[in-house]
Amino acid sequence: MPAVPIADDCLFEFIHAELVNYVASSSKGDHDVSTLEYLGFCCGYRIIERLTKDWPRFKDELDTLKFMCTDFWSSIFKKQIDNLRTNHAGVYVLLDNNFRLISKMSSGNQYLEVAPRYVTFTCGLLRGALANLGIHCVVTSEIKTLPACAFHLECWLHVIEFPFPFGMTRVSRLGT
Amino acid sequence: MSRQGTRLDQKKVNSELFTLTYGALVSQLMKDYENVDEVNKQLERMGYNIGIRLIEDFLARTGTGRCYDFRDTAEKIQSAFRLYLGISPQIMNWSSSGDEFSLQFDSNPLTEFVELPDHCLNLKYCNVLTGVLKGALEMVQMDIASCFVQDHLKGDPCTELRVKFIKRLEDAIPAGED
Repeated sequence: MPAVPIADDCLFEFIHAELVNYVASSSKGDHDVSTLEYLGFCCGYRIIERLTKDWPRFKDELDTLKFMCTDFWSSIFKKQIDNLRTNHAGVYVLLDNNFRLISKMSSGNQYLEVAPRYVTFTCGLLRGALANLGIHCVVTSEIKTLPACAFHLECWLHVIEFPFPFGMTRVSRLGT
Repeated sequence: MSRQGTRLDQKKVNSELFTLTYGALVSQLMKDYENVDEVNKQLERMGYNIGIRLIEDFLARTGTGRCYDFRDTAEKIQSAFRLYLGISPQIMNWSSSGDEFSLQFDSNPLTEFVELPDHCLNLKYCNVLTGVLKGALEMVQMDIASCFVQDHLKGDPCTELRVKFIKRLEDAIPAGED
């Protein structure tokens, strides 16, 4: 038996479903899922710190995004992102053709309306993880047909604050 | 491009994400409800929803049959903990009538990164487990009640979950059917 007990994969799916259920039933507006996004942000912000503590430094923004699409994604959602596109100016589109959290849903149009709330947590998760890696962005999702899901990332021009001795700050975008 | 260093351990990451998600859920509940008892109740309700689904997964995976008696059930519950949380709680403190026992946990993935602040002393952090047990056993015609009598997070030496058998549920025919 391992020193740290390992919980089974399926428990995350169960707790996620309950989370969605709880937020959806307790929110005031019909489509208010900002709480879910916030919870995802908290989790992403925390977990990325544990994942990357022994990882080599990322070269640039694109390198970080590649890490998110391959290692991060496959360790959480059991598969890699199928397609990563970028305009090299801070906009990225991550396409997952069979997204784990909605892959168990019927693939017809019946549940297309409620499907977005099952990916909101993940939007927050991405935003939180990237925020901790120094990339501040807005993440939105788009589901055209189940179980495929596209995540749109729009990064801001951001301020990197290195601990410079003279209190200088440098404004730049990584990788461009 | 080659990266030195190990790849991420998928099972471990998933387990940690589960722990963090559960923590986020509990803290959100603490924000939403003023009353700690309400939080405990809500956690149990969520656990119940999980339990009624989890039992199918358990039966499918283990191919287990009917239990002979409640002691048999206790062992199966123990094996479910091993399967899903990777822990083997000890079964102990059987009541003389054999309808009540305790599960004692040394470690628990749910409480991996958890420290309770002083103002939530009444919070039963793992209360979702009581709901899971109730929901799961209800689906196999058993009515039970369980509660935490000791909690490691509150300074007790271990975490103890007391499980009590109430009655066997009979299959009820839906109203309006013969």
